[in-house]
Amino acid sequence: MIRRMIAALLLCLFSLPAHAEEAVAVFGAESARPMLFRSTTDIRVLGPTIEEFVRLNSDIRVIYEQWGSNALYAESLKDCEAGRGADAILSSAVHQLVSLVNSACAAPYRSPLTEALPNDRRWRDELWGITREAAVIIYNTALVSEEDVPHSRFELLDLMRRENPIYEDRIATYDIEASGLGYLFAFSDSIEASTFGALLEGFSRVNAVATCCSNEIIEGVSSGRYLIAYNVLGSYVSTQYRDNVSVVMPEDYTLFLSRAYMIPRNAQNQGAATRLLDFLLSSQGNALLRESGLVMRRDPEETFLPESSERAIPINPMLLVALDQHRRKRFIAQWRSTFGAPQFLSP
Amino acid sequence: MNEPLISTARQRSLSSRVVTGVLSLLLIGGIIVAIASFAYGRQAARQAYDRLLLGAANDIAESIAVIGGEPLTDLPVSAFQLLALAPDDRVAYAVRGSRGQLLTGQDHVRLPKSSTTGGPVFYDAPMQDEAARFVTVYRRFAERDFSGTVSVTVGQTLAARNVMALGLTRDALIASLVAGLALMVLATLVIRNAMAPLNKIADELLDRDPYDLTPMDRNVPAEVSVMIDAMNRFMLRLDRQVSSMRHLISDTAHQLRTPVAAIRAQSELIVEATDEDVRNQMVTRLTRRSRSLGELLDQMLSRALVIHRSDSAPPLPVDLRDIALNVVETKDHELLSPETEVELRIGPDEVIVLADEISLVEAAKNMFNNALRHGQSPVVIGVSQHGGSAEIWVEDAGSGPPADILDRIGQRFERSAASSGRSAGLGLSIVRSVASAFAGELTMGRGEDGFRVTLTLPAQTGEPQ
Repeated sequence: MIRRMIAALLLCLFSLPAHAEEAVAVFGAESARPMLFRSTTDIRVLGPTIEEFVRLNSDIRVIYEQWGSNALYAESLKDCEAGRGADAILSSAVHQLVSLVNSACAAPYRSPLTEALPNDRRWRDELWGITREAAVIIYNTALVSEEDVPHSRFELLDLMRRENPIYEDRIATYDIEASGLGYLFAFSDSIEASTFGALLEGFSRVNAVATCCSNEIIEGVSSGRYLIAYNVLGSYVSTQYRDNVSVVMPEDYTLFLSRAYMIPRNAQNQGAATRLLDFLLSSQGNALLRESGLVMRRDPEETFLPESSERAIPINPMLLVALDQHRRKRFIAQWRSTFGAPQFLSP
Repeated sequence: MNEPLISTARQRSLSSRVVTGVLSLLLIGGIIVAIASFAYGRQAARQAYDRLLLGAANDIAESIAVIGGEPLTDLPVSAFQLLALAPDDRVAYAVRGSRGQLLTGQDHVRLPKSSTTGGPVFYDAPMQDEAARFVTVYRRFAERDFSGTVSVTVGQTLAARNVMALGLTRDALIASLVAGLALMVLATLVIRNAMAPLNKIADELLDRDPYDLTPMDRNVPAEVSVMIDAMNRFMLRLDRQVSSMRHLISDTAHQLRTPVAAIRAQSELIVEATDEDVRNQMVTRLTRRSRSLGELLDQMLSRALVIHRSDSAPPLPVDLRDIALNVVETKDHELLSPETEVELRIGPDEVIVLADEISLVEAAKNMFNNALRHGQSPVVIGVSQHGGSAEIWVEDAGSGPPADILDRIGQRFERSAASSGRSAGLGLSIVRSVASAFAGELTMGRGEDGFRVTLTLPAQTGEPQ
């Protein structure tokens, strides 16, 4: 009865200014009431969870649209003013959702499960942090020698200052203009510690590469195009496990991101959206998310990371600073002076 | 059985009236406290959060620097940390140049209507259809490549303010509710305590024997003691009247028994008598006896009258000269002893006392008749005033009764008088009753020209009421 139907799977290969979804999948019966779910999360990663959700809620058909974070933000702002839009949004670019909520684009919802969330994963009962994913350093195990593996930002810095030619042009990170998540990580780094300026300088020294999208970066590390990648979402690495890609959680501090879930004010099917939210927060949903790697266990034995080094990115109005025009302009200018013009725009 | 029910119902209504009064007072007080504490709470919340807004705005203004001829904001996280102290409020900010053009922030944030470029301006404005509070601060730049004023506007919705205001109001209300309850308990205790004497009196009255006319305990609060005094006075009067009535009856029985027995015995003797002379003699004696019995009756009735009136008739201003005149003008002396010379000695000024006229006339008549009967001619009746005391007196030329009779005279039981069929003692006892009824005094002794009986009463000086 429950069937999974992938209607279309369009990968955005050409990074044109995106105004549309990158991929669409439909879960659930044809006859059920549709619910438009927009997410920056890969359909493959979140698919099993949604599949279980529609199996339990046969009256809901989830139309899953996968978006790039910046495009999703722009589209949601337009939707908010136009009075239309998705029924639920799940984005890793949390600061953009905070901005949407701050612009009164969200509908409030309370349930015992949302109220159980800690304060830094909940804002105004309109925005909820669903997942728990680390920003990590990954490296190619075959090509990076054991003593070169950076266990903290300081070690990465030292590695880049050593002027070792094999790392020239082969250290990657998100392009902060192309990826909302990359920008959020870089911004959080800049607030968190003074190492950020030195890191940029180091990136500049080894002529590091700024590129788009988690998949491309992990693919690149796996294929040997890049040796080390900085600030990659650990969740994607664990799902797309490669034998030759290994993960390091920086010991000085590790950023933890909680993908934010929001129900737009104009949602047509708010009931389904709140049920999906409660499902994602329930122990059952949480177990599925953990299987997909979207929720990291707090297990020092496994991660070797002391709790004091965990830095959750809080979901609150402070993230609005990241979106300030002047601040963004300055920040990107500083970034660009290190990485040069956007690479993915060049032919 | 209905009366006690009515009285308890009235008691309840009295205390319920007081309770209602206290409750409505508390209610009004509570409403005033609620309004005041809400106003206070709102003001306190407004001041507290306005400072946060101002702090954030100043923080942002401080971060503006002129770079390459343009004012650039390095939006500080600390400003938003300040604003995040109101955790659930949406925020908006805008930095505008000297012409009002948006430099950074949200374009929907408006500048205040009053455009003073001095100190911070606070104002209320909607933020996406929600009420919000804004502040605008200005920073002036006078650089080589940029000169002008940059405005920083920061706004925040009102959720935290309202929560704080309500919290303060609620705390104040809880405090005043507790105080109100304490007051209510205290008020109940006080009311019960205040009403206790009334209940005690009511119980005492209910428990009292209807024939018990002894005064009630005066150990009560001042307000109630007036009532108790009035009641005691009333009961005293009732007691006096009842006892005088009893005395009258016993006196009458006592005094009449002997003369009536004598008259009966004499009349029986007359019936049995055969000798005409003896019979006539006996008839004469019988006549005398019956006349003196009549006099005795008259006096007993007048004494009863005096006692009754002195208790029931309200005292009025009376001119003692009128009394003396009245006594002389009734011309009793012409009947009693026509040979006696009578003189009236009164002055031109009126001598006013507060008393009952009829009682006074009776008293004066008795004094006068006593003198006629026992004294020697001439008999003088006079009125005089010495300072605060007014006197009406009767004087005869005799030396008065012997000292041992004088001692006993005026007592209620005058056995000798009664048995002899005369009524001298009774007459003086009437005078004495009148004297005591109107706070006066009866004195007997040597006067200017013989034996004088004086009734002294407090004179009513000044304006009569």
